[in-house]
Order: sequence, then structure tokens, then C-alpha cells
Amino acid sequence: MSEKVLMKGNEAVAESAIRAGCKLYFGYPITPQSEIPEYMSRKLPQIPGGAYIQAETEVSAINMVYGATSAGARAMTTSSSPGISLMMEGISYIACAEVPCVIVNVMRGGPGLGNISPEQADYFQVVKGGGHGNYRLVVLAPSSVQEMADLTYDAFDIADKYRMPVMLVAEGNLGQMMEPVKFKELKTEFTDKSEWALTGTRNHEPKIITSILLDPETMEKHIHKLYEKYALIEENEVRFEEYLTDDAEIIIIAYGLISRVARSVVDKLRDEGIRAGILRPISLWPFPNEAIKSKIEQAEFFFVCEMSMGQMVEDVRLAVNGAKPVHFFGRCGGVVPTPVEMFDNVKKYL
Amino acid sequence: MEKIFKKPKGLNDKTMHYCPGCGHGIVHKMIAQTLEELDLLERTIFISPVGCAVFAYWYFNTDHIQAAHGRAPAVATGLKRANPELIIVSYQGDGDLASAGTAEIVHAAARGENISVIFINNAVYGMTGGQMAPTTLVGQKTSTSPFGRDPNFAGHPLKVCEMLATTKAPRYIERTSLDSVANLNKTKKAIKKSFDLQARGEGFSLVEILSPCPTNWGMSPPEAMDWIAETLSKEYPLGVFRDERADTEVRNDS
Ligand SMILES: Cc1ncc(C[n+]2csc(CCOP(=O)(O)OP(=O)(O)O)c2C)c(N)n1
Ligand code: SF4
Repeated sequence: MSEKVLMKGNEAVAESAIRAGCKLYFGYPITPQSEIPEYMSRKLPQIPGGAYIQAETEVSAINMVYGATSAGARAMTTSSSPGISLMMEGISYIACAEVPCVIVNVMRGGPGLGNISPEQADYFQVVKGGGHGNYRLVVLAPSSVQEMADLTYDAFDIADKYRMPVMLVAEGNLGQMMEPVKFKELKTEFTDKSEWALTGTRNHEPKIITSILLDPETMEKHIHKLYEKYALIEENEVRFEEYLTDDAEIIIIAYGLISRVARSVVDKLRDEGIRAGILRPISLWPFPNEAIKSKIEQAEFFFVCEMSMGQMVEDVRLAVNGAKPVHFFGRCGGVVPTPVEMFDNVKKYL
Repeated sequence: MEKIFKKPKGLNDKTMHYCPGCGHGIVHKMIAQTLEELDLLERTIFISPVGCAVFAYWYFNTDHIQAAHGRAPAVATGLKRANPELIIVSYQGDGDLASAGTAEIVHAAARGENISVIFINNAVYGMTGGQMAPTTLVGQKTSTSPFGRDPNFAGHPLKVCEMLATTKAPRYIERTSLDSVANLNKTKKAIKKSFDLQARGEGFSLVEILSPCPTNWGMSPPEAMDWIAETLSKEYPLGVFRDERADTEVRNDS
């Protein structure tokens, strides 16, 4: 680990990616994440074999990543909501072709051009698909600058391990805020990619990376293979954090930066003798279903707070399956919920 | 000349799926043969497009990646930047390159990416059944221009070589054709020049090849060759549009 430094969330993503061995960055400027391409354009040209390429569009950026990682390199792209929409075609191809890559979405307000304020309304798009066809992304949601760094680093390992795209989602204000952060060491050992990466045919038979499987039976078999991998991920890669849930009767579920607002709400509720706690999903997919189910018995109700009209709440309702009430409170359009309004909304149900 | 039709090492023994008289198979053979002649086969990554050539990897003895519609130049950029030792062949049709992927090709050219683009212009969308392409001639009948392309609402053909030659970075741009023995030879030479330039790190090159699609033109293979000579190459003049090294000096203004 490095010394603690004060950094913006976006810069922490960039620095951590470089330490994870990411040598190639392809991206297109968009607020509120432009610090990432700016940082990469300063640092990557100084690294042997490193390159920063400003793509003509996000469509191109994701396809450049597809090419670079197919050649065996660690590569990434980052964007914000409208740009992520443009990447969906490429993400679907990459998922099907089973090539690793890391994508960061510093989310802003939508739909449409929306605004540059933070929102969490891309949950459906990134967790449920977004691009066409049967595929999944691993989706990680940090709640601090330290976690921006740590999850970026881990995202590369997860992507390589399962040969699939991994997406980090952070609200715009998390990308912009400064906090102290420690970085992991520069990664020097990587998984062996010689079995599939395109390196020329000097030492092996021709290899092919593709996502076209014309015969329906073959396509079905391939999708089943993808889903076996996804089942393994659901077993091994679920991440969540709990805060004061042991004796909690009110289980607040929130991810990302507003889980920190929820923390202060829980403290205030506890001051009043109300036993509340937080379950914070860190991996949005795989979703912490079992952790939520394990709280059903003790819970009086679940309270989901999101910066959207209610997207993750659907997954919570699936997990709870009607066993206990699941209430929702959300602000959207780039409005960040205040502790006071969150507190008042929880109390409505007491 | 007879060498063009010998099976090169770069191709396997599979029978190609292209229609009789199609240009794709001819160009595949030239590419394979050229890679062999330049001893580049083992370093080559062939990128297949969306279009009739989507399954080009069935035939080539090289590594291979399949790209989304029009995105091959972006995929090529990623591959080449990750490993400059690789020889990248971006093989694209006119729907793929001149419509779906105009942004990708223009900017790969403008950046001067050190890749070779082989651009098959058959003036229609072959794979999807002969619809109008951006390269379809004025008056040409296709399945979506049943009365002939009307420039009043469908505009005029897009000329890729001419357009790309307005940017400074490309090293070499030429348009050739498959309609005669002389033009086959010129095409082969152009492909060789493009690969050779890439191997020497000289930068972006594109060879546009006027290529027959007898099936969707509703012609016999010989009629199709005549149509290229008499009609298509009038709209798309053959020749070299650029053969020059770009100025690479960086002038900082501060
Ligand atoms: C995003 C997307 N849009 C449309 C298609 C359908 N499509 C498949 S091939 C093709 C046209 C190919 O024409 P061209 O590039 O001229 O190649 P040719 O088949 O003539 O060799 C189209 C439009 C697709 N596969 N993907
Ligand atoms: S449809 Fe046209 S381009 Fe496609 S294989 Fe047949 S002749 Fe060739």
C-alpha cells in the first residue's frame, strides 16, 4: 500500500487502474468523469507500452477496448450515462465473445442529455442488460474514494478471471469529491491469457474471437456456458457491507454514496431507540440476495433508498418475496436526498 | 498472373460460401497470398466485418476477430496499440465501412493508425439482400431503391478514397478493381504495398476494391465484370489518391 494521498474519486480510479496493470485507455470526454481521461493522458504515455487514445465516440472507445483486450492487454474505458448508452452494443459483443474489460460509469442525471448532477438511474441498464441478448455484467458500486480505488483494482482481476466485462458505477459526486486514499502496489503478475488472446500464429493454431454463432443449437450451448460462469460468479463474487444490522428491525438498503447518508440516519434513529441498520450492496450484480433473505425474520420492514425512481428496489422485492413490507424513498434528476428527509421517510412507516 | 489463383498457405481447404462470381473470394486469395509473400502470416490478425465476409475466418490460417457493424477500424486500433508487432487487416464492405462505420474509418485514418484496410465496394448491401448502400449509384435499382436511387431524396454516392485523402495522416490510399487481368494485378500490388507499408510502420493505408456482387446486381458474373468496367468505375475512378508520408513534427505553441 502507498502512503495516504488526498485525491478526487475519478483520479483514484485512474491511478488504481494503472497500478492494476492497465496500459491502454480509450475514452471520450464527458462530465462528470473527464478527470479520468485527463489523468490517463498524462500518465499512460510515460509507461512502456502504454497509450491514451481519445476515441471519436464512446462507440469506438468500447470497440478499441475489445481490440486491445483481445490482444491480451489490460485496457479500460470510462464514461458517464449518455456515453455508456452508446457503449451497449460493444459491451454485448464483448460479453458474448468472452473477452475481459473494465468500464467505469460515473453516473449523471437522465434520461436524455439530462444534467451533470449525480443519479443512480442507470441501475436497470447496467444490471439488467442494456445491450441486446442473454448476458450479464459484474457491476460494482463503491461508496468512498478508497473504494473507488480498491474496486477498480479488483475489477481487472475479476474481468480476467471470468473473461467478461466488469463495470464500476459511481454517482457523479463520488467522482468529484476528494478523500484520502491508499493505493495497492503495482501489479506485476497476471493470469495466463495465451489460450485465447490474439498474438499471431507463430506458436499455435489460428484462434478466433467472435460473437456470431449462426446455428441456434450452438448459440444456445454457448449461452448456457456463459450462464454456468454467471452461476459461479453468483456463488463467489457477492459483496456487501452491513452496519448495525445484528439486532435491527428496520433494514435500510442503499448503495453508493447515499449509503453514507443512510448511515447518519441510522445513527439518529438509534439515538431515539429505534433499532435500524444498513445492508449496503457493493456488487449490484451478483446481487446480495441471500444476505437480504437472512434479514427477513428479524425485519419489521425493509426501506430502500435510491437516487432514482426505484430500480434496485425491484431486486430487493424479489429477494424478500412478499415476506415483509419493502418501502421505497428516492430522489431523482440529480437531487441528492438529505439525511432529514430520509429520516422523516423512514419514520412514516414506524 | 496464374499465381493469383494458386491456393496460398494463408488459406485452408474449405470451400468458400460466396456466390459464383463474387469478388470476396478473389480478394481473400490475394490477401492470403500477399501475407505469405511478405512472410507476415504468423503476425496477422484478420478482422472480419458484418457483411458477406463475416465468416472470413472460416478460410484464413491467421488469428481472427469478428467486429460489430462498422467498428472494425476501432477494434483494429485497440489491437495495434496493444501490440504494435501485429499486422492488422481490417476487411470491410461498403455498408459496413461507408455507412455504419463512417466515424470509425474517418478517425482511424485521421489518426494515421498503422493498419491496412481492405474496402470491398460492391455498391450494395450484399448480405442482407441487395439494399441501397451509401455507394449505390444514382439511378441504380436495389431492393430499397426499386425505381433507382433518386438523388433528390437519397443523395449521391459517398466517395471514401476522395474523402479520406483530404486528411493528412494516411500514408497510402488507392482504388482498384477486379474487372480485368490488368486490374487484378494492380489490386494485388496495392494490397501488397499496403501490408508492406504497415510492416514498416509507415501508417494508415486503405485499398478500395470495386468488386462484383452478381447475385444482387441481377447479372451473370461476366456481365457484372462489364458493369464494373463500363459503369461503376466511371463514378469511382481508379487510381492512387494518396501516397505520401505525413508531416509528423510536433509544434508546441507554448
Ligand atoms: C448494427 C447492425 N445493423 C444492421 C445489421 C444488418 N446487416 C448485416 S450485413 C449488412 C450490410 C453489409 O453490407 P456491406 O458492408 O456492403 O457488405 P457485403 O455484404 O456487401 O459484403 C447489414 C446492414 C447488423 N448486422 N448490425
Ligand atoms: S451476395 Fe454478393 S457480396 Fe455476398 S457473397 Fe453473394 S455475390 Fe458476394
